[in-house]
Amino acid sequence: MRRAEVAAVAGVAAVAAGILATALGGAVAGGIAVAAVVACGAAAAWFLRNRFRSWAYQERDEDLLVSRGVLVRRLSVVPYGRMQFVDVTAGPVERVFRLATVKLHTAAAATDARIPGLEPREAERLRERLAALGEAKAAGL
Amino acid sequence: MTVTTWRRLHPLSPLVRTGRLVVALLLVLTVSAPARSGPGGGFGIDGFRIYDLAAVIAVAVAATVKWLVTRWKLDGATLRIETGLLRRDSRQLPVARIQAVDLVRPFLARVLGLAELRIRLAGSSSADGRLAYLSEQVAADLRARLLAAHHGLHPDTPEPSERLVTVVPNGRLIGSVLLSGATPVVALALAAVVLRTIFPATARHITSAGHGGAQVTLVTGSTLLAYLLAASAVLWRRLSSQYGFTVAESGDGIRIRRGLLSTVAETIPIRRVQAVRMIEPLIWRPLGWCRLEVDVAGHPGRDEGSHADRVKKALLPVGRADVARHLVHTVLGNVAPRPYRPPARARLKAPLSYHFLAAGHDDAAAIAVTGRIRRVTVWLPLEKTQSVRLVQGPLQRRLRLATVHVDAAGRRVRAEFRDRPDDEARPLVDRLAALSRTARARAADQASGRAGAQPGGPDAHRRDAQDPEQDSEPRDAQDLQPRDVP
Repeated sequence: MRRAEVAAVAGVAAVAAGILATALGGAVAGGIAVAAVVACGAAAAWFLRNRFRSWAYQERDEDLLVSRGVLVRRLSVVPYGRMQFVDVTAGPVERVFRLATVKLHTAAAATDARIPGLEPREAERLRERLAALGEAKAAGL
Repeated sequence: MTVTTWRRLHPLSPLVRTGRLVVALLLVLTVSAPARSGPGGGFGIDGFRIYDLAAVIAVAVAATVKWLVTRWKLDGATLRIETGLLRRDSRQLPVARIQAVDLVRPFLARVLGLAELRIRLAGSSSADGRLAYLSEQVAADLRARLLAAHHGLHPDTPEPSERLVTVVPNGRLIGSVLLSGATPVVALALAAVVLRTIFPATARHITSAGHGGAQVTLVTGSTLLAYLLAASAVLWRRLSSQYGFTVAESGDGIRIRRGLLSTVAETIPIRRVQAVRMIEPLIWRPLGWCRLEVDVAGHPGRDEGSHADRVKKALLPVGRADVARHLVHTVLGNVAPRPYRPPARARLKAPLSYHFLAAGHDDAAAIAVTGRIRRVTVWLPLEKTQSVRLVQGPLQRRLRLATVHVDAAGRRVRAEFRDRPDDEARPLVDRLAALSRTARARAADQASGRAGAQPGGPDAHRRDAQDPEQDSEPRDAQDLQPRDVP
């Protein structure tokens, strides 16, 4: 999804930059501008692919393991019993690509267990499962 | 005394509520009176007096109405409080979820023999119960009942006897306040004023030549004076709120008593402590002093500042390290996790804080030491773990380091295993998660075992154990329910 986003944005930007540069300084400058923008787009796509690959989660017996991040790597372990509530959100762009984000909340504000880019069905399944597990293993504060 | 019927607050409570305003108004009046009678006065003094009087009367009427419509009762395991004239607000505080009970006595209330009871629950301030004011006898009695019920005992159980743990000598308290963060500011301000008065020439030299030196001195002097006043107000507040600090231990929790003019008696059930923090600022270190704070889930009261999302209570405003250690053991049981140092290459990432950096854990608690100027040691019982996180920044990856956070309930309540070697960090995450799980199970067993021994207990503890789900839901429901405006 992110890759599609980047490709679209980069394409439009490349065309715009090309037209602008051609109008201002002739065909050569236009070509250079298009190349530069395409290169930027490619770099962004590469970065996002890495980012996409870094998203991972694992349902274990007692807790959920979530990891993400390329530059700053994060790994969170959240025991099911500590979950306060589960959020499923889908922003406008996510909706276009029919994706959803699942977010877990515990009583600790620092907990940032976010699983982005899930299929709606998988997100729903995860939500139901987490809610059920949370109820079964609930622990006090 | 029957507590099961609806009861009102003490009839004198409107007086106390109004009284504070009257005092404030009197203060404003006395301060501004000379200015008003001066040439720029405009209106007559009488006009102002009438406005002031009207304000006082309005507040008095409001306070009386509030008193008339407020009632409370203790109904088995719930404390119900109803208040509000236009917007009825009925609140039910499940006793099992109490995080702390405070008995607050502002000066005026103390004179009249009244006290305010604050019952803190986890969550936002709107979930708190406040009974202002009750007579001291009723307040103390209600507190005993609440805490007995909280521990699954019969409400009529007499208050358990308490054992004095430590008293902070007032001399040391004064010393510590004088040596606290605000002091350098005050000293700097003073020094600046003195310098300016001694060397007016320098002042003139420094500032652009257009202004007169004397005037500059006057201006800077008055701003500094304002700073000085503010700083002393802060110091005074700290001093008066922690004067005569007494810590005692009893069956129902840690008891703290403090205050000079207005006194506060706090009770924190030991099981509710999320973390204990020992803070050693730079200036205190040569004296071997430290401060101890405990974190309780919930929101802070008025006197702790409203920016933090946790209850941070001073367990010991100032004390020697051995007393502090003793207190830590009292609160957390006999835990002695040994902190380990991060590898030497961490010095490249944290050149300053490497000096004290250390962290460790045993099967019951984690300990983490951070900070260079302010050394902070955090003890966190593993049964309170909400999540375990591993974070590795780019520089840390280059140095093969990683930081492991153990989070407890609250906004910044956590122990940081900072800059551990990354081959150790990943297993550490799993180990901490597993240890927290067993610690939690152990705590639950203990709780149910203790409750099983007491009649009427298991129910309360079962409810207690299911805290998270029920916690948010009923509160929302009760927030929504009573908002029917007549």
